[in-house]
Amino acid sequence: MKQPFPFSAIVGQDDMKLAMVLTAIDPSIAGVLVFGERGTGKSTAVRALAGLLPPILAVKACPVNSADVKDCPAWSDISDASVQSIATPVVDLPLGASEDRVTGALDIEKALTKGEKAFQPGLFAQANRGYLYIDEVNLLEDHIVDLLLDVAQSGENVVEREGLSIRHAARFVLVGSGNPEEGELRPQLMDRFGLSVDVLSSTSIDERIEVIKRRDAYENDHEAFIAHWQSEDATLRARIVAARAALGDLQTPDSALRRVAELCIALGSDGLRGELTLLKAARALAAFAGDAAVTDDHIRKTAVLALRHRLRRDPLDESGSSSRVARTVAEILGD
Amino acid sequence: MTLWERAQLAITLLAIDPQRLGGLVIRARAGPAQAAMLAAVQALDIPKVKLQHHMTVEVLNGDIDLTASLAGRQLVTRKSIFDCAPSLFVLPMAERSAPQFSARICQALEAGRGHALIALDEGVEEGDGLPAALTDRLAFHITLDDLALQDLSPITLPRSLEDIRAAVSGVILPADLVEEAVALAASLGISSLRAPLLLRYAAQAHAAFHARYEVTEEDLKVAVMLVYPHRATRLPQDPEPEAQPEETNSAEAPQDANQAIPPNDLMIEAVKAVLPSGVLAQLQSAVKQPASGSGSGARRKGNHRGRPLPARLGPKNSGARVDLVATLRAAIPWQTLRKAANPEAVGPIFKASDLRHKCYEIQSDRLLIFTVDASGSAAVARLAEAKGAVELLLGEAYARRDHVALYAFRGTGSEALLPPTRSLVQTKKRLAALPGGGATPLAAGLAAAFNLALQERRNGLTPTLILLTDGRANVALDGSNDRAQAAVDALMLAQKIAEAQIPALVIDTTIRPEKTLQTLAGKMRANYIALPRSDAKTVSGAVSSVLAHSG
Repeated sequence: MKQPFPFSAIVGQDDMKLAMVLTAIDPSIAGVLVFGERGTGKSTAVRALAGLLPPILAVKACPVNSADVKDCPAWSDISDASVQSIATPVVDLPLGASEDRVTGALDIEKALTKGEKAFQPGLFAQANRGYLYIDEVNLLEDHIVDLLLDVAQSGENVVEREGLSIRHAARFVLVGSGNPEEGELRPQLMDRFGLSVDVLSSTSIDERIEVIKRRDAYENDHEAFIAHWQSEDATLRARIVAARAALGDLQTPDSALRRVAELCIALGSDGLRGELTLLKAARALAAFAGDAAVTDDHIRKTAVLALRHRLRRDPLDESGSSSRVARTVAEILGD
Repeated sequence: MTLWERAQLAITLLAIDPQRLGGLVIRARAGPAQAAMLAAVQALDIPKVKLQHHMTVEVLNGDIDLTASLAGRQLVTRKSIFDCAPSLFVLPMAERSAPQFSARICQALEAGRGHALIALDEGVEEGDGLPAALTDRLAFHITLDDLALQDLSPITLPRSLEDIRAAVSGVILPADLVEEAVALAASLGISSLRAPLLLRYAAQAHAAFHARYEVTEEDLKVAVMLVYPHRATRLPQDPEPEAQPEETNSAEAPQDANQAIPPNDLMIEAVKAVLPSGVLAQLQSAVKQPASGSGSGARRKGNHRGRPLPARLGPKNSGARVDLVATLRAAIPWQTLRKAANPEAVGPIFKASDLRHKCYEIQSDRLLIFTVDASGSAAVARLAEAKGAVELLLGEAYARRDHVALYAFRGTGSEALLPPTRSLVQTKKRLAALPGGGATPLAAGLAAAFNLALQERRNGLTPTLILLTDGRANVALDGSNDRAQAAVDALMLAQKIAEAQIPALVIDTTIRPEKTLQTLAGKMRANYIALPRSDAKTVSGAVSSVLAHSG
């Protein structure tokens, strides 16, 4: 299997890349929704993200990638407390996956062959402390969406079946991609994604040529291409790690809090979630930029990402939600 | 190059580089042309796997093989149908693919296993066809319908496929040709970046086929003929059609400005040669109309009929049908444990938690939203007759078990007389009591109906709008008595309704049919009937035809 296309080598699509980097800095932003046309590199970017993320420390053999042996769920029966460095999990949730596969269920193999009652962790367990990626998220079956809504909210997966009563941590960054032409997303699910990006295919011919050229190099001159861009990825990864460390000391002045609140009120975005996410995103951006405090500029740059999918839909408004947010941002923060 | 030669070439190139080219759409009704193509596909030296629409999630994703597990008393899993050596998947009746099904195929094509797809599109009407997500990933698209029997000749594939395959990825593509390919895609209004990529692979395959180590202009031209025409949304020479959606206009403006490389005329000619006349108009209308996955109304889950979905846990209500196989599958793994706890029991032991019920997807219920003009002008004209027409329609709706909602607009705004209901009596009562008089806020009435339609669509109903008016709009959306603005607002809403693909019917209640109302109906993509000329039968016939389209 070839190395995935490197993240840094993706041409353009700055919003999408920024959103993904922000969730890597602060996973509690809780996800990115990438909606856009076909052939704009949505899936490529998510696959590339896996290669970009810094590794995490996890207890060996822990089914939910716990950092410490006391966080391991009791049913997992861990005897070896040593930790190892693993790649941040990026787990695919395929369309048509069954409930059992997603939440985990009875380990059928053990039950059949040994007559043992054991829990087989599902995708939620695998994705803990990492990413859960759903391609074509708007086509996901309703009952899986229901499960997802609950777990994404509570950070805990509970399985109650005959004889099995299992709970384990399931905190992950949700990444969804889809094409809006194929179906809409429930507003409740939309809300669970911290940031949302609308990808359009680039209109600049030069950029489009560059895309094809890089793809060509990726396929025909694979090693050299990967070597070159991996060093770029490494630089970006180092910045993400540095930003994570800086996040703790970052100042959030009251003025910034006030700005964020004003924005959300003016836009009439539903609930406080938007406010919180915007603040987190602005903080992550400030940390990424190496600034000491959150400024209006950070809020301006992240407002559309954090708020555009939280507006009440107004079918009579000609302009899309992105431009509505941008307009309000310009009104409140000035240009 | 004739159509059949192109078809032959498409198969040949696909045989050379199936994994990168992704596949081929053959649009044709069953017949000798399709059969000849399929025979050529069968003759390929790549394993062929047939896909079928009724394939369940278990087959597509892989699952436990119940029979084998039971027989061997050990876990036997069945692999996903896609979990195999690089193969050529053949999908008959591809135009019937449900979005989930085609999305699964898309994922399989992109999983890097080297699969390719032959999609047999037997669509008849314009507009029915493959899900766009799938078409985008397949390099070639051949329409064989215009072929005569004498055009057909047996397809022979090159003998030394192995050598060509080994050479294909090494074929060099000069940088200026890459630029040309991208510029051409842009000038044809092809926004997906997969198109130039696929073009490149096709050109490389064609060069390798002719034993060249570098792609020439000729290779590129042939590849353009095979890859671009069905993706084109406009021709570069054409002046921008006015009716293009705004997003496209704004997106294209900067693009035309920095078009450093003028598209090569030769290449455009190549595309034009392939495009039959009139096709472009259809392409443009396809762009305007956002393709919905299946082209039909909202779906919802039911327990009795429709397309089968994966079985769900436990009977949620008493009416659900038990899925025996899924229940067995859930119970079997526990048998060893349960037998141990209860040694004297005979046969398998079931518990309530094993029960799985069947789940089907069915078309959702319809909602007819009647929007009735109760203004003075309409009242004078024939409010009573309009009421009669609505009553007639209500009777029909009742017979079809449709839901009905009733809006009336007059004076300065619209009023919801009846939220969605199935009660015929209530609706009739409210309708009879409806007073007439005042100005005509057509836009407000449309807005209210439109909002209700969107809301109820999210709730799983399939809305249809039925507007009864004389079309003499004289109150704007903001409530002002501005006749010009009122007309503009009404047209704007009509456009919205069309964009949201809400089926609609406009019934003209004036004595002399209004031209403006016909324009409005056209904008709304609604059926238009004039009441004076229509008797009860025409009205109900028109409604039935609208409903048939919406279902």
